[in-house]
Amino acid sequence: MAVDLETLEDLLKTNLPGASIRIDDVRGDGEHYAAHISYSEFAGKSRVQQHQMVYSALGNKMGGELHALQIHTSIPK
Amino acid sequence: MENIVFDRIKKELAQDDVVLFMKGTPVFPQCGFSAAVAQIMGVLGVSYHSIDILQDADIRQGIKDFTNWPTIPQLYVKQEFVGGCDIIREMYEAGELQQLFENNGIAYNKAA
Repeated sequence: MAVDLETLEDLLKTNLPGASIRIDDVRGDGEHYAAHISYSEFAGKSRVQQHQMVYSALGNKMGGELHALQIHTSIPK
Repeated sequence: MENIVFDRIKKELAQDDVVLFMKGTPVFPQCGFSAAVAQIMGVLGVSYHSIDILQDADIRQGIKDFTNWPTIPQLYVKQEFVGGCDIIREMYEAGELQQLFENNGIAYNKAA
């Protein structure tokens, strides 16, 4: 099962309001994505906590229908 | 049920200072993300205990609940969750992983 890029982007934009998000379909197969997320709420959080926020924004999709998502988090300057 | 699995996970974590839950084994990883972390550990020459979660459905689900982290691989140092593939890669490239091993008295190849 796959998740399309728009669905992914919508979920992240809705649940991480104000974040700057770029998603690449790294293999062009709709299964392997890389998300670059810059979000002010990441400030003061560990990398693990930042990624947990992203996973939580994706609901239960990660590890289920969404297998391969690289996550790169940053804090806007 | 959950407690039994969590106890088993804690026992695995107690087996070594560095523990990697992965798909497959360091020699035969079954997923690119697991392979990437095993490769970094190999380059750094760190000895670690690995668990192939594909061999055990209880651990496979249990480790995700244990850490509140939905993906594999998962690397632990001194029983603390350090991160998944992206985090380990970022930390390695920034030298932070090496620093973490240094701070925890874990031997690694400093020339790497």
